[in-house]
Amino acid sequence: MGYTEEELAKDLENQEYKFGFTSNFESDKAPNGLSEEIIRFISAKKEEPAWLLAKRLQAYEAWKEMTEPEWAHVHYDKPSFQDICYYSAPKQSKKYESWDDVDPEMKETMAKLGISLEEQQRLTGTAVDFVMDSVSVATSFKKKLNELGIIFCSFSEAVQDHPELVKKYMGTVVPSKDNFYAALNSAVFTDGSFCYIPKGVRCPMELSTYFRINEGGTGQFERTLVVAEKGSYVSYLEGCTAPMRDENQLHAAVVELIALDDAEIKYSTVQNWYPGDKNGKGGVYNFVTKRGLCERNAKISWTQVETGSAVTWKYPSCILKGDNSIGEFYSVAVTNNYQQADTGTKMIHLGKNTKSTIISKGISAGHSHNSYRGLVQIHGNAENARNFSQCDSLLMSDTSGAHTFPYIECKNNSAKIEHEATTSKIGEDQIFYCKQRGIDEEKAIGLIVNGYCKEVLNQLPMEFAVEAQKLLEISLENSVG
Amino acid sequence: MLTIKNLHATVGEEGLEILKGLNLEVKPGEVHAIMGPNGAGKSTLASVLAGKDGYEVTEGSVVFEGKDLLELETEDRAKEGVFLAFQYPVEIPGVSNINFLKTAINEIREHRKQEPLKAKEFMAKVRESSALVELDPKLASRSVNEGFSGGEKKRNEIFQMAMLQPKLSILDETDSGLDIDALRIVSDGVNKLKNENNAVIIITHYQRLLDHIIPDFVHVLADGKIVKSGPKELALELEEKGYDWLNAEKV
Repeated sequence: MGYTEEELAKDLENQEYKFGFTSNFESDKAPNGLSEEIIRFISAKKEEPAWLLAKRLQAYEAWKEMTEPEWAHVHYDKPSFQDICYYSAPKQSKKYESWDDVDPEMKETMAKLGISLEEQQRLTGTAVDFVMDSVSVATSFKKKLNELGIIFCSFSEAVQDHPELVKKYMGTVVPSKDNFYAALNSAVFTDGSFCYIPKGVRCPMELSTYFRINEGGTGQFERTLVVAEKGSYVSYLEGCTAPMRDENQLHAAVVELIALDDAEIKYSTVQNWYPGDKNGKGGVYNFVTKRGLCERNAKISWTQVETGSAVTWKYPSCILKGDNSIGEFYSVAVTNNYQQADTGTKMIHLGKNTKSTIISKGISAGHSHNSYRGLVQIHGNAENARNFSQCDSLLMSDTSGAHTFPYIECKNNSAKIEHEATTSKIGEDQIFYCKQRGIDEEKAIGLIVNGYCKEVLNQLPMEFAVEAQKLLEISLENSVG
Repeated sequence: MLTIKNLHATVGEEGLEILKGLNLEVKPGEVHAIMGPNGAGKSTLASVLAGKDGYEVTEGSVVFEGKDLLELETEDRAKEGVFLAFQYPVEIPGVSNINFLKTAINEIREHRKQEPLKAKEFMAKVRESSALVELDPKLASRSVNEGFSGGEKKRNEIFQMAMLQPKLSILDETDSGLDIDALRIVSDGVNKLKNENNAVIIITHYQRLLDHIIPDFVHVLADGKIVKSGPKELALELEEKGYDWLNAEKV
């Protein structure tokens, strides 16, 4: 506290750029603000190799020249990048002294989600025994993965243990100069996840960050890298349906997926970050760059259920580079109160016979705005490319908005592109019909909304789908107007 | 079972009065037919009894099984045993008929302090009830009414009625849009569900449905009131003479 940049500069001078473990920052927390020194500090803290520091610095140089994108259909006060703390020691999720101290509202929400008491206590960090337990569970899973040669660890561990893989693939799908937030992330990311599936291996379980809950809370600038070698398969789950009261205002993550020849990656996300209060105060800004690269005959499938965050800016995309490769995007985005979401996908068809499918379901309630923004791009060499897009919007109130911005660029005459879009208001007739059969309004809305999202929810792994359904119901409580 | 006294109801924000002092008494085991010209208030009566938004009761009372029906929420009326077979059943995409009915049945059972129905019992009931109205069991697993033909939608209503076993069923123009065969199937279904403990109110414009479901009473609804009641023969008389003679009679 009270530590200014000037003092930092002075310290740096005195210390002759020796950071790391002899750091002056006893609190393990960097002062606010972003500078080359801070980036060097983060890199040193994490004992990174020189090439990675160089990458970070390059990204920082690029970022300094960039400006925040303004084309999205969202309005918010721009964060001040010099007021953000870019490094604090690997955070534990918020600790409570005892179960009794946990916010009753949070308990209630978790109970509604059907999360078992043990799980609830684990998520709030109050069940020490259970944490120990879950670590051992995680360890036994890790053993099994190891036998298959699958690497699943934190990004920091990967940098230490598998630098050749990280160096080879990091930044190949989302270059550090890709966009403002990606550049920021590339400069200051603190941790994330790494996953590698060897040639021909079919990962026998859903890889979920649940397994690494003790390593959770990796902070605002996460990085995920998933590499599926030739002929391999993996289903990866990100996120958590529990209410995450994250204090961080700005999240700028980068996710890169690489599916080599004949490989398949299924990536599912449920995002439930703090959306701000009923009046639109507070809440997380979620500016994420997610992109996957498909080589020959490869397939990448994105499924997302977005209910949280005050502002969402997110376009999980596929570069269909290899012939016969397939990209899929299934999305449910719910906005309530004053939330704003601008989300969609990009399908870049480069190879021949490439196929993409986009199913997007937007639900807007309260005073929120929900936009679908998608690009389907067919390049000149992409013979026989196919795309099918369906973008549906459901309005729950007279004060909410639904917007669709589809972009299509086609440079090959053999392409077939279909786009369907609908906007509807939740039917009072539908609700009345349910009520006349004995189903109360809240359950009726749950039924109708889940029915509306079915095509997307069906893509989620079973247990995740059940939680996502409940999450939708909770997000839309008392929202018909 | 049901006692309606001097019921006045308005519709919309303008408060246009549609029901103007309607009286009706329905006892267990009875079938009542309510007939009348367009705009007489037949569907309004169905909506008011079911508790649809947009209608306001300005005068009168409705007592159902000893309870003030008008005090109850729509879903609570349903739980108490009031069932409305809709004239235009809505589609609910993505929600399977089975899931929908399972939710409804278990809500009603919970209200009656009964355990949720076991999957096996539920499925047995689905088979039995769908056979009753010759509904293709495949339709039971499709989304509620989505892509159903007009006839299938009406059969689906009676299928739901069979599943939920209400005390009082109100069939709102159930015969509209049905061909002769479907009319017979739907009527047979209703007849089979009839017993001494439940009652049926049939709202219809034409008497052809009443060839199949024989009413104990026929009421003529005109300008918001029941202007004439009589035995089933009254329906035939109406069919022959139309509704105009009633106006003449009133004058």
